Amino acid sequence: MEISKRVQRVQPSGIRRFFDLVLGMKEVISLGVGEPDFITPWQIREAGIYSLEQGFTSYTSNKGLFKLRMGISRYLKSRYGLEYSPEDEILVTVGVSEGLDLVLRAIINPQDRILIPSPRYVSYGPLTELSGGIPVYLNTERQRFKLTPDIIERHVNSKAKAIILNYPANPTGISYTKKELERIKRAILKYNLICISDEIYGDLTYDFLHVPFATLAGAKNSTVYLSGFSKSYAMTGWRVGFACGPKRIIDAMTKIHQYTTMCVSITSQMAAYEALQTARSAVDEMRREYRRRREYVVDRLKELGIECVRPDGAFYVFASIKDTAFTSVDFAQRLLREQRVAVVPGTAFGEEFDGYIRISYASSFENLKEALIRIERFLKKNQRQ
Amino acid sequence: MDEILEILEKNARITPEEIAKMLNRSVPSVKNTIKRFEKQGVVLGYKTIINKELLRDENSEVRAIIEVRITPQKDVGFDKIAQRIYSFPEVKSCYLLSGTYDLLLVVEGKNIHTVSNFVAEKLAPLENVRGTTTHFLLKKYKEDGMILRHKEEDKRIAISY
Repeated sequence: MEISKRVQRVQPSGIRRFFDLVLGMKEVISLGVGEPDFITPWQIREAGIYSLEQGFTSYTSNKGLFKLRMGISRYLKSRYGLEYSPEDEILVTVGVSEGLDLVLRAIINPQDRILIPSPRYVSYGPLTELSGGIPVYLNTERQRFKLTPDIIERHVNSKAKAIILNYPANPTGISYTKKELERIKRAILKYNLICISDEIYGDLTYDFLHVPFATLAGAKNSTVYLSGFSKSYAMTGWRVGFACGPKRIIDAMTKIHQYTTMCVSITSQMAAYEALQTARSAVDEMRREYRRRREYVVDRLKELGIECVRPDGAFYVFASIKDTAFTSVDFAQRLLREQRVAVVPGTAFGEEFDGYIRISYASSFENLKEALIRIERFLKKNQRQ
Repeated sequence: MDEILEILEKNARITPEEIAKMLNRSVPSVKNTIKRFEKQGVVLGYKTIINKELLRDENSEVRAIIEVRITPQKDVGFDKIAQRIYSFPEVKSCYLLSGTYDLLLVVEGKNIHTVSNFVAEKLAPLENVRGTTTHFLLKKYKEDGMILRHKEEDKRIAISY
């Protein structure tokens, strides 16, 4: 059986072996998890169960249950003043993952360049390649992981079609204030780029109010806003996200979605609807908890002499291990073997980030406390001579 | 509610130093705030939640929920008689309620007999008590927001992006 050249060209993740190592080991404190440690709030789970009892087991319309799209539309309006019509500007997707795939497939012609600020979430590059596009990685390390107009200027050319923003970001946790976004927006509009804005961690912003890119003056018509329920409501396994954008692009995305996915599971959609109706206070409570953990972890890392950019949101710290003698995979493997703590090597988010590890603080305070004690022990043992 | 209270309510063993880190405040300021809450009586104490269901030893206790109908006293209303009742060490909780009865008690005793004796000999004969209804507690599922069962294991896969 011959596998397509396009798929063959997509590089398998270089740290698969490390992942297998973690999964095969017991009694590990994992700070390597990319999802909330909370369980979906009960009333949301209950709504899913109730929908099953009532016999909601069918397909829904391709774009998603109308009442859910209506709920999303109302929520965006009331929280951000952002207006999207539930009829034709909102598409319910299988998480942001599907939304991202759809938008890339909908816009990419062969050889189109997609600008991707890095370090980056793992799927951006491969999905671009699978759609026939060419990812152009924009290294933001020198700007403390923040994209600036200069970086865009340096990489943009006539083939550039779109840029993928992700804020608060996985793996760095950095986000942008309105002022910073305005400057980025000017560069994006200047070069007529489509802005694909992955804002799945938007609700988990700690020091200021999250600003959706589409709310910036003049940006909405060239923005596809991607978000969902996974992180805000601790609903990763339900797989519900949404894409909002101008009718033309949502139509194009829906065309692909109707043939590939048809619709998101009705149980999950019913549960997501309940989340919008009744679970906002649970989101606020989880956000406060994450914020406390951020403060604690950042402070402890500072005590250990590990440098990191203070994250503005999400639940990750991208910590520098440049003062150690190890590569990021080495560091992670040794930490795992010697102290039973799992973190994700920086190279997972771009080859050039070998000097970093991603620490997730989506873990209980007790776990974080113990893990940091173990990291401290590890560093002492492995001090550079 | 102050965030310090939110933290302590979930876990009273977190130290002021740790709270200071979490809230990005100084240790003395956290200590002072806690002291103030203690002084004001906002924080009344720190206790351990023990799942006695798992102990099953000889000293395990039975609990009863008791509804009490009382005649309020002139000038002091329910408070005086409530005090007479809640002062018994057997009474773990005591609430004044609206509705068909007045006081709701949670009473603990070594066994059914000690609780029955308490009701028959101490509670019911009180002058202003017009009647009591005793419900013995069969099983505890959740108490003070804690679901009483073994800690659930983490169901997430140990590593993911």
